[in-house]
Amino acid sequence: MLRGISFDIAHMLAGFLVLASFLMLYQDRLYALLNVLALHAFILALSVAWQAHIQHAPHLFITAIIALGFKAMLIPWALRKIVFRLGIHREIEAVGGIGLTMLAGIALVALSLEVMLPVTAHTDPVAREDIALALSVVLIGLLTMVTRRNAVSQIVGFMSLENGIILAATGARGMPLVVEISVAFSVLVAFIVVGIFLFRIRERFDSVDVGAIDLHRGGRQ
Amino acid sequence: MIEIALSCIGLFCLLAVAGAGLGRASAGRFIVYGGCLLIGAILFGTGLLAIAEPAQRIALPLGVPWVGVHLRLDALSSFFLLLLGLGSAGASLFAIGYCAHDEEPQRVLPFYPLFLAGMTLVLLADDAFSFLFAWELMSLSSWALVMAQHRESGNAQAAFVYLLMAVFSGLTMLLAFGVLAGPTGGYAFDAMRAAHPSAGLTALIFALALAGAGSKAGLVPLHVWLPLAHPAAPSHVSALMSGVMTKIAVYGFIRVVFDLLGGAPWWAATIVLAVGGITAIMGVLHALMERDLKRLLAYSTVENIGIVFVGLGLALAFKANNFPAGAALALTAALFHALNHTLFKSLLFFGAGAVLHATGTRDIEKLGGLLQRMPLTSAAVLVGCFAISALPPMNGFASEWLTFQAILLRPELPQWGLKLSIPADGALLALAAALAAACFVRAFGIGFLGRPRTAAAGNAHEADRWSVAAMAGFAGLCLLTGLFPGVTIDLLAPVAHALVGAAMPWQTGDAWLTTIPVAASRSSYNALLLFVFVLGSGGIAAALVKRFGSSGLRRSPAWDCGFPDPSPMTQYTGASMGQPIKRVYGALAFHARDVVDMPAPGDTRAATHTVTRTDYIWDGVYVPLGQAVTWVSTYLNVLQFLTIRRYLGFVFILLILLLMALALWQ
Amino acid sequence: MAVIVSLLVQFAQMLLVLALAPLLTGVVRKVKARFQRRIGASVFQPYRDLRRLMGKDVVLADNASWLFRVAPYTIFACTWVAAALVPTFATGLMFSWSGDLIVIAGLLGTARFVQALAALDIGTSFGGIGASREVMIASLAEPAMILIVLSVALIAGSTQLSVVADHMLNGQVGLRVSLALALVALTIVALAENARIPVDNPATHLELTMVHEAMVLEYSGRHLAMIELGVALKLLLYISMIACIFAPIGLAGANAGIGAFLIGGAAYVAKLAVGAVALGTFETSIAKMRVFRLPNFVGAALMLSLLGVLLLFVSRGM
Repeated sequence: MLRGISFDIAHMLAGFLVLASFLMLYQDRLYALLNVLALHAFILALSVAWQAHIQHAPHLFITAIIALGFKAMLIPWALRKIVFRLGIHREIEAVGGIGLTMLAGIALVALSLEVMLPVTAHTDPVAREDIALALSVVLIGLLTMVTRRNAVSQIVGFMSLENGIILAATGARGMPLVVEISVAFSVLVAFIVVGIFLFRIRERFDSVDVGAIDLHRGGRQ
Repeated sequence: MIEIALSCIGLFCLLAVAGAGLGRASAGRFIVYGGCLLIGAILFGTGLLAIAEPAQRIALPLGVPWVGVHLRLDALSSFFLLLLGLGSAGASLFAIGYCAHDEEPQRVLPFYPLFLAGMTLVLLADDAFSFLFAWELMSLSSWALVMAQHRESGNAQAAFVYLLMAVFSGLTMLLAFGVLAGPTGGYAFDAMRAAHPSAGLTALIFALALAGAGSKAGLVPLHVWLPLAHPAAPSHVSALMSGVMTKIAVYGFIRVVFDLLGGAPWWAATIVLAVGGITAIMGVLHALMERDLKRLLAYSTVENIGIVFVGLGLALAFKANNFPAGAALALTAALFHALNHTLFKSLLFFGAGAVLHATGTRDIEKLGGLLQRMPLTSAAVLVGCFAISALPPMNGFASEWLTFQAILLRPELPQWGLKLSIPADGALLALAAALAAACFVRAFGIGFLGRPRTAAAGNAHEADRWSVAAMAGFAGLCLLTGLFPGVTIDLLAPVAHALVGAAMPWQTGDAWLTTIPVAASRSSYNALLLFVFVLGSGGIAAALVKRFGSSGLRRSPAWDCGFPDPSPMTQYTGASMGQPIKRVYGALAFHARDVVDMPAPGDTRAATHTVTRTDYIWDGVYVPLGQAVTWVSTYLNVLQFLTIRRYLGFVFILLILLLMALALWQ
Repeated sequence: MAVIVSLLVQFAQMLLVLALAPLLTGVVRKVKARFQRRIGASVFQPYRDLRRLMGKDVVLADNASWLFRVAPYTIFACTWVAAALVPTFATGLMFSWSGDLIVIAGLLGTARFVQALAALDIGTSFGGIGASREVMIASLAEPAMILIVLSVALIAGSTQLSVVADHMLNGQVGLRVSLALALVALTIVALAENARIPVDNPATHLELTMVHEAMVLEYSGRHLAMIELGVALKLLLYISMIACIFAPIGLAGANAGIGAFLIGGAAYVAKLAVGAVALGTFETSIAKMRVFRLPNFVGAALMLSLLGVLLLFVSRGM
């Protein structure tokens, strides 16, 4: 019974992470999107902490704390600053066909379940469905990046994608802490680079719509 | 029993001759339609009595030598015979009154009985030749009926498209039977049942049967003839084509795939499920955008055929996974829905015919206020709208409820395709049901309620007694089959037993006539009790309020927030009623675009609002196909001007090629 | 004797929902008023409104047909019967077997169908606008509801609410991802179906965004009273349904004694109170959505419920 409950809670948190990814697909206001990102990372932190608890792997607690500190607080806060300074906090993104995008998201979930469940048929059942859900978080993150035009939303999509990777890694047992920390820092570096990049494209094109960059690419007609 | 059915075919043919002879005589209508009404009733009785009997056969020394004509009446054909009898009796009763003002009865009277004879023969046929002969007879006679009013613009084109699709359907069925018969040429159905084709051939036969029967039934993307042919035909014929002929096509599919092939592999079930779900949703979305009442009903037929095929797909999936009880439930749900659709769609086409007769238009934007001017017709149509929108306690709900129970039955199917397509179909089915309700709120609300939009609608009169009798009878049947679903389910038990080897639990013995598809702890539904409850509580509430509250009533102009509009043209139209739905689903389903051209202040141009819709299937499949045919025929035109010697040369080369092919084959 | 007792319990349940429904509406209004720092009307105000409306004569438009006059009673009766099928204080009541969750959704669909038709009967443009929007919202909410029913039924192995509640009560279910999805979706559906903020504003009149109020604009007197009672019953029904599926604590069994019934009743009233406060809080903290943003909102419920069903089909553990 105890195992049942711990199993259920792990699933539940992974499922919530997928749900938060869907919220991200749904939300078209930047500030609200950043709140969803914070929620996403918070759920990830909870999930990782729970894995640490049931796997008796104390190093995972560090991962959880990194997720909580960096991703749930620092990055959303910094992004919020950026958005405010760029003066785009009132912008509503034109996302065409949210229903269709969400349908595509569901198809991605189905796809990842279909791919992962047979492949991992012989592994630990707790990890099994967690990995499938983590893959869907990754795919939905990619979908968010593909469907958004605003660079900030694309960063958010990227962050959620990375959260999915962490979820998969913690569920799989045995990812060394070093890798964990290096991933976290690489994300941080990526974030800083992207932040600078944002201001630069803003200076150049007076917009953070990535479509604007496309217009200035060489070699086009 | 089979002798009775056979003599009914003979009688139909006699009536066809009589119809040709009587032509314009006013008695012709009574003789032909009255006769068809009686024969329909006999067929209904025959089907009802024969359904639980063992299969009966008869062989006639007619037709192709060595094959003859084999006829067989088993549970499946009995059920469809019952459905055919019911539909044809109703349509004939309606026609007695409806055709009183027909200007050219000689164009309908000979073909109408012939059409019925063809459909009856399809059900009885037990070999490929008679089946195909009957199938073509059904197609051709109904083509003649579609052409009956050929002077109206568009009807000839509709009939042409219908004929093309009928030819396609006949061709694919022919090929399906050809493959089934195999190289030895066992064209009797018994030989086909005994043969076990290889996996590749099974796939081919399945695909051909799905295309052949599907194009006759109206599966997307082969549905294009329905919205063209149904409005073109006279209303009683539309009722027959939509209510009965599409069911004969469903019969053809079941006969080939369930009976002759003995089931299909699981991937075939996913195809049926996918096609059925898409058909249901596309049909209802198109219906929601239509303003022509009969085109709307035609698209709604497409939707219901989709629902039937979803049931059949579920049955195939369960059958492929050796789960006969589930297959029985799904098959029963599908056949129950087919019967229900015959009832309510015939009723609605009768209503559309009565409205057409009373107002001279099928355009719902020119109607309105008919509930007060045609009270009986409108009440019957209202019942039909309730039934088709799958609302309890009517029959449409009962069959869709059973389909949902079938979806829930066994999620643990091993195949991934089914795991994903069954829940997706559940969603599509639920969406289609909700959209159908929206569609018929729109159709009834704009067409029959409100204030008359034109003088023609304002001067509408009630239909004649025959028509009203037919509509009232079908409305009553819709309610009865809805209140006692167990009776139909029990009726279908032998059919399910014959096709999937199991049947649903016996229903009519349950306490309070509750319908329990699997087990009482899983689900149960008692339409009668609910109906009595709703009637009782509504009645008691009304009585109490009038007794203890107020009972006064005062008429006054409509309130409308203080600005009642004097002109009936300011009412909501069908287009505005459908606009929110178009906005939600239209962009995806048919690339709907609204273009508003608003002139600047001072500009005296009129503002315009244009709505464009693209029929992906028509534009994407049929138009290129037509262009390709034109292109090919332009080039082949050269062949028309060759010398005799060259023609002979072609014949010779072809002969040589065929002989070589034969030599290689052996 | 046993039959009479179970019959009595069944009727007690029907009367209970009827009696509590206006109070629930009153409590929600009170909560919202308090949040807006108003004192607000008494929680019993809906009863007074109903009594007043019942006593008034009907003013009927000149061209109203019989459908318009029958509709209020039909809507009320369908909603009441649907509400009577939902276990409130006890499961397995006598007539609970006459309909399952799909039937409840169907009965509400019937009520809505009649409502939309009645709105079109007079031929005013307000009726049309309300009806067209109502069917648009319903075209998303109803399939979402059916899919929620499917996911609940896949977990509990039954579409029968009593059985579902017993199954949930037994505690073998645990935490399920699909149930969480279903809960979120059901909440959205409940908001949409009951014309609450952010879908529709129950307190508004004469505003172009209204849906439900536009449909009942032509109603007056006792007809309006029946419709208002139906609306209150529907709200009660949805809260009871959510409580019955997701928090079946305290529900008495089919043949329990009077004590269990009393406990069940107390638990039920407590659940309703929680639901009312939650609804009032939520409505105060959120703004009404533009009509054409609604498809996204209600469509999200459809997508979430579809996801839930899909997860269950793929893996029974979800």
